[in-house]
Amino acid sequence: MSNSEKNTVSNSGSPLGDRGFSLNYLEQLEAESIHIFREVAAQFEKPALLFSGGKDSITLVQLAKKAFAPGKIPFPLVHIDTGHNFPEALAYRDWLANEVGATLIVRKVEDTIKAKNLTEPKGKFASRNWLQTHTLLDTIEEFGFDACIGGARRDEEKARAKERIFSVRDDFGQWDPKLQRPELWNIYNGKINKGENVRVFPISNWTELDVWSYIRAEEITLPSIYFTHEREVIEYDGQLIAVSPFIRIDAEDVIIKKQVRYRTVGDMTCTAAVESYAATLDEVVNEIKLTRISERGETRIDDKVTEAAMEDRKKGGYF
Amino acid sequence: MDILRFITAGSVDDGKSTLIGRLLYDSKSILVDQLEAIEKSTKNKDNGEIDLALLTDGLRAEREQGITIDVAYRYFNTDKRKFIIADAPGHVQYTRNMITGASNVDLAIVLIDARHGVVEQTKRHSIIASLLGIPHVVVAINKIDLVNYSEDVYNNIVIEYNNLAQKLGIKNATYIPLSALRGDNIVEKSAQTPWYDGKPLLQFLEEVKIDNALNYEDARFQVQFVIRPQTEALHDYRGYAGKITSGVYKKGDKVKVLPAGIETTIDKIEIAGKEVAEAFAPQSVTILLEHDIDISRGDSIVKVEDDITATNEAEVLLCWLDEKPLQPGNKYILQHNTRRVKTVVKNLSYKIDVNTLAHVEDVQQIKLNEIVKASVKTAAPVVKDAYAANRSNGAAILIDETSNATVAAVIFQ
Repeated sequence: MSNSEKNTVSNSGSPLGDRGFSLNYLEQLEAESIHIFREVAAQFEKPALLFSGGKDSITLVQLAKKAFAPGKIPFPLVHIDTGHNFPEALAYRDWLANEVGATLIVRKVEDTIKAKNLTEPKGKFASRNWLQTHTLLDTIEEFGFDACIGGARRDEEKARAKERIFSVRDDFGQWDPKLQRPELWNIYNGKINKGENVRVFPISNWTELDVWSYIRAEEITLPSIYFTHEREVIEYDGQLIAVSPFIRIDAEDVIIKKQVRYRTVGDMTCTAAVESYAATLDEVVNEIKLTRISERGETRIDDKVTEAAMEDRKKGGYF
Repeated sequence: MDILRFITAGSVDDGKSTLIGRLLYDSKSILVDQLEAIEKSTKNKDNGEIDLALLTDGLRAEREQGITIDVAYRYFNTDKRKFIIADAPGHVQYTRNMITGASNVDLAIVLIDARHGVVEQTKRHSIIASLLGIPHVVVAINKIDLVNYSEDVYNNIVIEYNNLAQKLGIKNATYIPLSALRGDNIVEKSAQTPWYDGKPLLQFLEEVKIDNALNYEDARFQVQFVIRPQTEALHDYRGYAGKITSGVYKKGDKVKVLPAGIETTIDKIEIAGKEVAEAFAPQSVTILLEHDIDISRGDSIVKVEDDITATNEAEVLLCWLDEKPLQPGNKYILQHNTRRVKTVVKNLSYKIDVNTLAHVEDVQQIKLNEIVKASVKTAAPVVKDAYAANRSNGAAILIDETSNATVAAVIFQ
């Protein structure tokens, strides 16, 4: 980490130093996440890191790099490409995989739709978010992945708040919230039966602000869309949606240019931008500290459908 | 700024959800859209105040039944600390989920309804807190407004709980009279309780010392993963990756690898590929040794002068967590941090009644949520401490070989 702020990792605590043997909260979170990464590498035959191009999965890559240094990350990065991604996120994905020397596996939702004759969702912001579960489960089967590491955080949403760090899924990738394995101390039981797999969430205990503070402390490069830029958007239901070929522009929509940034990066069809002039990590962190609206509430269009939207998707095999 | 992890245990009626809602609300961790959603669902109620309990609303199955089934984790922070709350169910049939939530916290908040005093549930939660060695217990005497902020009621409950705490060996109990609903003694001291001279709850949580609960005397490290890049530049690199669970390690330390007992010296300690002179719990590090010896996952590296030994037999308390009862004589897998060994449970001596703490001699069958004193015999040696002396190296889990389920929490005696 850089020495530019208080949340730095010193080389070590010293009994003679003023900090003694204590870690600050980011160091504690980092140590816990590295421990989880190493458990995955040791307990599973074929793990994979699910990489979306968003800040949470970028943080995962940084932690994985640190967990196995000076060796390489001992599993591939897997991207389930909905075809609705931001081009900046795709470019960043290719750059990062190359930078850390990891194998990149890309599987396209488009291909699954064709191969399985799935029905594309319709509507103004027709999202393939739900369809990517099909591609994910096929990819797990194709490569025989027994553990998939994801960047979900428990502060995001109430179904996530209940999920274990090692979350066992059945043959169909389904999560049963009523029958979770007890997860005691820091002892992780990754033993599974054939066909089952485990979703692992190393940054479960991080909040959105923790992720941003860590990115700042570590000086991690992010895709450019996380910072202010001018973009053509339409305003819909109080949210700013980027103009793209993937959404339907109706006659009553007014296309405007705005200075925006993204607080979270998902599909262009289901992620809203926020108006912002924040051009640096410091400025973004300050905005996050002051915001009074939650990450999902501000930027995710897909969670609003039903009150239990995430719970239902997880039961169906979603991350 | 550091992290305090705490558990709140109790049922809906205790005001647990209201208390958590209050902490989140008063620390400004509730965001506008979340608040709007709650206001919408509270509209029909008469008093006009928002229902803070709805902030901790859970899964559909839980809403349907009006109870908490599993632990939910919640996060908030103040300028002084980041807080992780394990919001655990209080019903007896979900004791296993409470144990999950309680296993790695620094502090437990035990809620007592001022109108009812110490009840069966208070006892059960306190027994679990003491079994799991939670370093601090806050006894939140809630709904103090409903007993007219009575000092006598408060004092009686303190005396009553203190008796229980002594029996259980809970030393660090702190008593706070409060009203989660009205906000008395949560963030600010309440004018209604002038007789209370302690801190309000949030201030106590911000200031309570927690690092003294970590053991810095006994250095414990178990290998998680062996890093061998096998590249040209790092041809001979062999790093033992793992977490320091207690104590301090330095470059040059004379160490021994257990259970084999081979002695060597620490050549280097690295964190994220960078060399450091020393490292301490709970850091995740990579240790390089002077000699090339055969070490694999689960092996322990301890100081050469340490008198810890590897053992095949141990006295334990088992908290049974599975629907399938314990089958004495069956083989299970014992996982002690990163080490897995086959084990058999024998000599069941007594059950602990989690409501009364009484020892029950009838140990014919050990069912879900029961706690039993037993001994285990392992197929390969385990390098463990007594839980009471070193929490992070004194615990394990049992795994059912056939279902792969985690069936018991193991507390070494």
